[in-house]
Amino acid sequence: MNRVPMEGKVLNENARVAAELRERFQEHRVFVVNLISSPGSGKTTLLEKTLETLPKDTRVAVLTGDLQTENDADRLKRYGFPVKQIVTGGTCHLDARMIEKHIADWKLSELDLLIVENVGNLVCPSSYDLGEAAKIVLLSVTEGEDKPLKYPSIFFKSELMVLTKTDLLPYVPFNTEAAIANARRVHPGMEVVKVSCMAGDGLREWMTWLEQRRQKHLSTLSQPVG
Amino acid sequence: MHELGIANSILEGVAAELGRRPGSRAVRVGVRIGQLAGVDPDALSFGFEALTLDTEFASLKLEVEYVPPRSRCRPCNREFELRNYEVFCPHCGSLDTERISGDELEFKYLELEEESESPQLETKRVASS
Repeated sequence: MNRVPMEGKVLNENARVAAELRERFQEHRVFVVNLISSPGSGKTTLLEKTLETLPKDTRVAVLTGDLQTENDADRLKRYGFPVKQIVTGGTCHLDARMIEKHIADWKLSELDLLIVENVGNLVCPSSYDLGEAAKIVLLSVTEGEDKPLKYPSIFFKSELMVLTKTDLLPYVPFNTEAAIANARRVHPGMEVVKVSCMAGDGLREWMTWLEQRRQKHLSTLSQPVG
Repeated sequence: MHELGIANSILEGVAAELGRRPGSRAVRVGVRIGQLAGVDPDALSFGFEALTLDTEFASLKLEVEYVPPRSRCRPCNREFELRNYEVFCPHCGSLDTERISGDELEFKYLELEEESESPQLETKRVASS
């Protein structure tokens, strides 16, 4: 018997498609973010507020994922920007192939920002690269402040944690400092924005973060390769 | 989940390697998978068994080395294993560290047998002499 070394990557099909998407997004200078959270943390509501606030000539599009229904897309379409629903059927996460399929009839050269709202799930989306520039994790104050420790993978991989529903803080035992400390144990330097869509708090900080991060992304694209 | 696709990729890699070595039979394939690759070990071995059943690869064994993520400390330039997502450097305590591995999915080795080594063919040779 003879053992021979083998080289090369075991091709992860999703990683391959995601890499292709990333190249296309970079080529057309589209800044793509992947919003991830438990079901009910407020992703769609945050997106509604975002689309409501953005200037009408903003070149933004949204892909929103769910197992069933077009409910989220219906809500988001009201603001006049291109929105598509990805119905996964049963799959608990979006994957690169789904993104590729759903952007097929969009012209990437006409977009500056693509927001992907993932299926409500703090586990599986962490493993599926969609070609995005940044993952963003949402955590609502009705959840436990130890969530970052329980689900370290997604907090480790996300650049920003958005603490949502802060208007409920007087009524829930949520410890904001502990939640932020826990997130920073798993991800030192994790950026945090606190929002209440109902009260309108923190939305300006969220929009500023998004735009500044987009500019930072564009500036990395301008740098020469190698 | 995606473990079935990964098992399939492993088999494609083995088939490609065998294509370069006519007359060989694959006995065991070794791969390295980072703990952050999001691969469930049980799902992978289940998927591998399901795909190889009743095929030419039915007796092919899969050996997986799961490796922890590694980071490098920028100030002291030393590498360390990342345990429990604790990203501070165990040598100097700095938090200024960067992860250098942990989501790899790589081939390591392939154990081969010459087809003439198989007992069946040996018996045939003895019978004909």
